[in-house]
Amino acid sequence: MPAPIRLRELIRTIRTARTQAEEREMIQKECAAIRSSFREEDNTYRCRNVAKLLYMHMLGYPAHFGQLECLKLIASQKFTDKRIGYLGAMLLLDERQDVHLLMTNCIKNDLNHSTQYVQGLALCTLGCMGSSEMCRDLAGEVEKLLKTSNSYLRKKAALCAVHVIRKVPELMEMFLPATKNLLSEKNHGVLHTSVVLLTEMCERSPDMLLHFRKLVPQLVRILKNLIMSGYSPEHDVSGISDPFLQVRILRLLRILGRSDDDSSEAMNDILAQVATNTETSKNVGNAILYETVLTIMDIKSESGLRVLAINILGRFLLNNDKNIRYVALTSLLKTVQTDHNAVQRHRSTIVDCLKDLDVSIKRRAMELSFALVNGNNIRGMMKELLYFLDSCDPEFKADCASGVFLAAEKYAPSKRWHIDTIMRVLTTAGSYVRDDSVPNLIQLITNSVEMHAYTVQRLYKALLDDISQQPLVQVSSWCIGEYGDLLVSGQCEEEEPIQVTEDEVLDVLEGLLVSNLSTPVTRGYSLTAIMKLSTRFSSVNRIKKVVSIYGSSIDVELQQRAVEYNALFKKYDHMRPALLERMPIMEKTASNGPTEIVQTNGETEPSVPDTKHPPLVTQPANQANDLLDLLGGNDVVPVIQTTLPTKPASAGGELLDLLGDLSLSSGPAPAPSVPISQPPFLLDGLSSQPLFNDISAAIPPMTAYSKNGLKIEFTFERVSHDWTKNLCGSIIDLCSIVQLSQSWEYAGRRMSYEADLAGAVFYTLCVPLLQTFQLQLLSPSSNIVPALNQGSVTQVIRVLNPQKQQLRMRVKLTYTHKGSPIQDLAEVNNFPPQSWQ
Amino acid sequence: MHIRLHTLNQSIRFILIQNRAGKTRLAKWYMQFDDDEKQKLIEEVHAVVTVRDAKHTNFVEFRNFKIIYRRYAGLYFCICVDVTDNNLAYLEGIHNFVEVLNEYFHNVCELDLVFNFYKVYTVVDEMFLAGEIRETSQTKVLKQLLMLQSLE
Repeated sequence: MPAPIRLRELIRTIRTARTQAEEREMIQKECAAIRSSFREEDNTYRCRNVAKLLYMHMLGYPAHFGQLECLKLIASQKFTDKRIGYLGAMLLLDERQDVHLLMTNCIKNDLNHSTQYVQGLALCTLGCMGSSEMCRDLAGEVEKLLKTSNSYLRKKAALCAVHVIRKVPELMEMFLPATKNLLSEKNHGVLHTSVVLLTEMCERSPDMLLHFRKLVPQLVRILKNLIMSGYSPEHDVSGISDPFLQVRILRLLRILGRSDDDSSEAMNDILAQVATNTETSKNVGNAILYETVLTIMDIKSESGLRVLAINILGRFLLNNDKNIRYVALTSLLKTVQTDHNAVQRHRSTIVDCLKDLDVSIKRRAMELSFALVNGNNIRGMMKELLYFLDSCDPEFKADCASGVFLAAEKYAPSKRWHIDTIMRVLTTAGSYVRDDSVPNLIQLITNSVEMHAYTVQRLYKALLDDISQQPLVQVSSWCIGEYGDLLVSGQCEEEEPIQVTEDEVLDVLEGLLVSNLSTPVTRGYSLTAIMKLSTRFSSVNRIKKVVSIYGSSIDVELQQRAVEYNALFKKYDHMRPALLERMPIMEKTASNGPTEIVQTNGETEPSVPDTKHPPLVTQPANQANDLLDLLGGNDVVPVIQTTLPTKPASAGGELLDLLGDLSLSSGPAPAPSVPISQPPFLLDGLSSQPLFNDISAAIPPMTAYSKNGLKIEFTFERVSHDWTKNLCGSIIDLCSIVQLSQSWEYAGRRMSYEADLAGAVFYTLCVPLLQTFQLQLLSPSSNIVPALNQGSVTQVIRVLNPQKQQLRMRVKLTYTHKGSPIQDLAEVNNFPPQSWQ
Repeated sequence: MHIRLHTLNQSIRFILIQNRAGKTRLAKWYMQFDDDEKQKLIEEVHAVVTVRDAKHTNFVEFRNFKIIYRRYAGLYFCICVDVTDNNLAYLEGIHNFVEVLNEYFHNVCELDLVFNFYKVYTVVDEMFLAGEIRETSQTKVLKQLLMLQSLE
């Protein structure tokens, strides 16, 4: 067989291929040749063949048939063979190949080889891809090499040790004695790798951390020498001596000083020195400064030092190099919570970064700007941010809009300004606004009573211009529905009132209904708005006509609404004015973040409870109580066992049904005891206020019933809603957990029987006369209680307790256990006072 | 395909040298991946890095890490590191590496890296090990490389 072609030849040949297919053909031919050459067990050309194979592997072709050959090369005595063999091993063999382990012996021998370069190769391979078994076997050899005087090998051994520790953390102690003298090395390379090794050990084990804390003075000294003298010219980069070593030492100092006052104090001086003396004209200097800043921020440094660090970051922001600006913004974002004032000083620079070209810089600048907004700078900042909103990429608009709303809510200097800002956002970025902001805005508008006329006027004008942005359209139609009378009467104080007739308004709203641009949700809004105007406008007939047309709409939601409104006109006309009255001021549960309505719904129609239930809330409290009494008895309020609230299906909806919705007014609430997950909100990480007032933590759990091994435990969660809070006062979710803990001995074996709650557990509230409690049961998680506390049946009970009466409950249990039915009746009196107060 | 990128704690996950067309000139992995995972990663890095131009920073967020990269002529030198690592320092590391290549191959160009690919791996192994920067002194590295060369 002719001698296999040289590597160079092969590469040249392959490069001449003009198509993928041609290349593949060449490669296949060569692979076949290589395979037959391998079969001949030819030692002379093995190296060349494997090299070619590796090249082809790099191009993406399979090369696994060369794995064993790599092993043979490693075992060879020639250096060139070994080199290619190890390279092949690193490229082709990984932990998952069985062949991998066969290398262990070879590596072991090579670690003890007489030539340092061979030892180096072995260390390198072990360090890059050694498996845990290999590491375990060879750790001793590595440790030996760590103590050798040969600096070339010590460097490699140190990093190899790092890899061993990563793979087999238990071996860390083995390397401890060798680390004793590592820092007294003069050789930079060894010093560098030793610091890496120490860093790794400290990060992995708190004991090591404590042990190495005593090295802080030594590290400080080394760092000092590096900055002061031209310690080693060959490690110099642009005039700074060994920046890589400096960076690593700084990083180790960071880990050592993290929660320790003494160490942090020992480092203060040197950090200040590095921060002030490092040359900043080139990237190198900035890299060191950056690491210094990170260290200062992380350890317990004194405030002067922290201010220095933030000023460095501020200077970074002015740098021409965008990399440095990016890095500065990232760090400032992390520190803005803790060092707010210091960061405020750089606000103007940060705001300038909003105009940067790089997307990631813009994003960070935006997040940081929102974090810096406060009562003093709100007007200026908002101007900049609104300008940014106008011109930024679509991917930012949603987040920016949400941020603007939040900030405006927190710091608005005046209601008018607030509403103007909202208008601006809705008109410029209307289609990107999050769905949950619509209810928020509506609430805000309702609460600014004196601005109603102004708001509705502006919204109306905006509608005339553009009906494509759904959130804007929804808010506008809602407002027109509510305050249409103000609009038509031309009562605006803030602005020049416009002259608008009722018909024009109705034209606009009807236009929304038929427009292709309107989503079903928007159509729902406008239909309800038209309906509401029936009590505010005089052209009732026109409205009646519109409503009846939509009674046969294809859209089920619209149809349902239209039919119900029709019924209002026909059968319940006497109730219409009361139902469609003006909305009262709504309370919010939280000052930031979306309101609960949205979260429990999580559907595409957040407006459903919005428009359906508000009219009902206007009823004075006693009236509602009386009506609720119709549902409940005197002594014992029967359980209304529902799984999910069902919408009143029949046309002309029974009054009770309408009110029945009231108690479920939070909308479909699946197991509200489950923690409501928050939408991934951009600014969550920045704002430190909780989304919900955590009152529920105040109610301790209790044991309601415990007999015969069956235990029922109640945990509580207070639930408050915007809508129902006004009416009912307080609602609590009770989660009842039923567990079975008993087991019996039978014929020497422990037996356990599960309890079958086939009859279900009945909970009834003991209610004195004329009280209005209400109980809703959601369906239990299952009917079988597994034995031995291996699991439980949970069921959520919602208790409405508007008059805050003491809770007493009767529990009737019917279940089968060990084959026999058991019935029991018990009273639960030990409710914790917080649950009903 | 679930790709685990968390098994080890090291700084550098992999080093890649690719040309603009996406051909790999060097791929050094410091973590375990299947062949098809490797291929996927290479393609993804290529996609992410080649769309960026001079007005972008040299840092890209990639899965749950970041890539520090720099373009030299037609080649992209990419290092994939942990998010907590110092971007600027690794940028210097890349430059250091490129300068060594330049010295070693005497005004290196892409073809040098193609025809001497195994030597490029040697350079990498002299400067990086176990996912960390090992030797930063250019003179030292070059000295060692020449020694190794003389053994051939």
